[in-house]
Amino acid sequence: MEGKNKLNKFLISVSPHVQDHDSIRRIMISVILALLPAGIFSVYLFGLHALYVILLSIASAVLTEWACLKVMKRPLTLDDGSAVLTGLLLAYNVPAEVPLWLPVVGSAAGILLGKMVFGGIGYNPMNPALIGRAFLMASWPVHMTIFRTPPGAGTISGIEAVTQATPLQVFKASRLIVLNASQHGTDQVTQSTLSISQLYSSLEKLFFGYRGGCIGETSVLLLLIGALFLISKRIIGWKIPFSYLGTVAVLSWIFAGTDGRMFSGNPLFHMFSGGLILGAFYMATDMVTTPVTYKGRLLFGMGCGAITMIIRLWGGYPEGVSYAILLMNLTTPLLDRVTQPRVFGGR
Amino acid sequence: MPRNHFRGGVHPKEEKKWTDHKPIEDMPLPKQVVIPLLQHIGAPGECLVQKGESVRTGQPLSKSSKFVSIPVHASITGKVAAVESRPHPLGASLLSVVIEGDGTENWVEGNERGDDWQHLSGEEIRNRIRDAGIAGMGGASFPTHVKITPPPGKPIRTLILNGAECEPFLTADHRLMLEKADEILAGLKILMKVLDVQRAVIGIERNKPDAISLMRSKTGGDRIIEVLPLHVKYPQGGEKQLIKAATGLEVPSGGLPMDVGCLVQNVGTAFSIHEAVCFRKPLIERIVTVTGPGIAEPKNLRVRIGTLFSDLIAFCGGYTDETVKVVHGGPMMGIAQYTDGVPVLKGTSGVLVLNGKSGGTKPESPCISCARCVDICPMNLMPNRIAGLVEHGRWEDARRIGLTDCIECGSCGYICPAKRNLVHYIKLGKALLTESVRDQQPTDGGKK
Repeated sequence: MEGKNKLNKFLISVSPHVQDHDSIRRIMISVILALLPAGIFSVYLFGLHALYVILLSIASAVLTEWACLKVMKRPLTLDDGSAVLTGLLLAYNVPAEVPLWLPVVGSAAGILLGKMVFGGIGYNPMNPALIGRAFLMASWPVHMTIFRTPPGAGTISGIEAVTQATPLQVFKASRLIVLNASQHGTDQVTQSTLSISQLYSSLEKLFFGYRGGCIGETSVLLLLIGALFLISKRIIGWKIPFSYLGTVAVLSWIFAGTDGRMFSGNPLFHMFSGGLILGAFYMATDMVTTPVTYKGRLLFGMGCGAITMIIRLWGGYPEGVSYAILLMNLTTPLLDRVTQPRVFGGR
Repeated sequence: MPRNHFRGGVHPKEEKKWTDHKPIEDMPLPKQVVIPLLQHIGAPGECLVQKGESVRTGQPLSKSSKFVSIPVHASITGKVAAVESRPHPLGASLLSVVIEGDGTENWVEGNERGDDWQHLSGEEIRNRIRDAGIAGMGGASFPTHVKITPPPGKPIRTLILNGAECEPFLTADHRLMLEKADEILAGLKILMKVLDVQRAVIGIERNKPDAISLMRSKTGGDRIIEVLPLHVKYPQGGEKQLIKAATGLEVPSGGLPMDVGCLVQNVGTAFSIHEAVCFRKPLIERIVTVTGPGIAEPKNLRVRIGTLFSDLIAFCGGYTDETVKVVHGGPMMGIAQYTDGVPVLKGTSGVLVLNGKSGGTKPESPCISCARCVDICPMNLMPNRIAGLVEHGRWEDARRIGLTDCIECGSCGYICPAKRNLVHYIKLGKALLTESVRDQQPTDGGKK
């Protein structure tokens, strides 16, 4: 019996002495898995170029993190999978047709400026993938806003072309005309109102993903399947995505009518278009950069929804998801502070 | 307010299967016992014996004139081999009486026939409980006679008997409820008389259906004593969580159960109270679950206080290969030991032995703010922020967001995917806070 523990030396550690099996690595891998179907669909939709973008983006993210950890003389924690996820998300946030150096630069910028300068995993105030995207948007706006019509997708707005505006770009252009009707001819206004109505009645294509857009954002269906998986595994909560989507739905119904009238918008169009589903379920739920309290998370989602719709309806860009999330990321410490739960037995 | 529920909590693997079907076994008298003079919260008594002196089983080894203090007793018959500092399972070494047994069992005079407690006054009952050296046996070890002497103006309306046993692995209370239900209920009734309460609740987690139905059959039709099945959720047996589940009331922050008219006693304590009051038997033995994957033959044992862990482990077939950790108590709140030469205390509900697979520690990573600790904290705290503040030396700020409300149940450390030692930072923060308060007192006494 003594032989079994010869040295009579025992491990000392603080309680608890049992731990849940979940780990950062498992969380990251689950999110990556949940994102894969949408990516595979994208490769089918846009061709192999999309695959190269994804692979290069991931490779760049991992390599940049490795180099930073080396320089910072930190333990190499690449196996936590967080750099892979950042690279994947960045790729999902660029159009399929971008030159191949673009995702490489974007991922490197995202990891370096969005994550490692703050101290690495856990310390970044904003979502690194979205920092990378913002960096690309600011530096190469043309590359970032030209979207090819996926083969076989047909047209949504009635214009046949190889490069085609995304539904949100069409919406933005048409809405500008409708809102400023006095400056445009009657025909033009009628045409624009018709365009918006057409967009509002083409939900099926949006839902299944046959439309132009960034690599990972197109297939609402596949993104939702992945999100259901994550929610069922309790890796992401329902509070941020639901309050985010709910706010978008309410605001778009109120303010995004086809002819500019109130309370006649189509909430589903705004929920399914652009990067909203991808953003709401996969980026606004990033653990590090979002609140930890119940109320904080609800407020965070509502803030994202409000900023998204403000940008889409009145701002300079057709799409507002990434900036909405980045801006709300900055409110996270404040939200956590003001929404601290009432301590058990406290007032 | 909703009953039978508290917010938060976790569901660790129950691991009760190792021992829950095994009847309590009497461990043979140990050759040696080590009895620390301090086994309760409060002041230790003064030692009454010297080296070389003969002692009989049940003989008091210490006494104290302080109110929040209880004596310890010789748990075997033999000679005092030493009165010296010995390793204590709750931390540093403490003054202990070492007794070498002579193999016989020679009791000091008790009352084997048993007294009818109905005729005893509250005062007499409290004195007997105190003289028997009874402290809470669920783990915290607060002297029982103090607990059952609420100050005037704080009447107790509900007495709650804690049979939740929510710690994984442990089955000592479960087995005791099955085998000594009558004695536990007698102890409960004694307490009800002392406290003059008209209502009692026995809280038992639903994973012990046999104990629930047995207690129900014993109290059948009794409208005064209610048997309340509880959700299987850790820390269901935490005092504040149990009160919330049993009555819907929240013990105020910084307050005591009596502030909401409640008093909680562990089932093991109730059993010992019955023994003390009716038979004048001091607390010299208790039920200990010796369990875990690192032990050859897990068992529920009736053990003399002061028996060394090494003797318990040997009696249970010894260690299996690759034993790495010996824990005093359960896996969620228990304390890891650096030696198995520590004794069983009045508050030792279990000895958990973990092997390399179950007891290894994983490297800590930075917090990724996943919020799981916030979601599950049964005290509604933000363990991530409290730990972060302590880590940066800001324990005063940590206090403002609830550091001292933490019950150290370990749920946050259990759930954390980054494997952060949250409980460590919280314990450290509390220690530093106490220290800084002590340092400041002479000059800064007026400040809050």
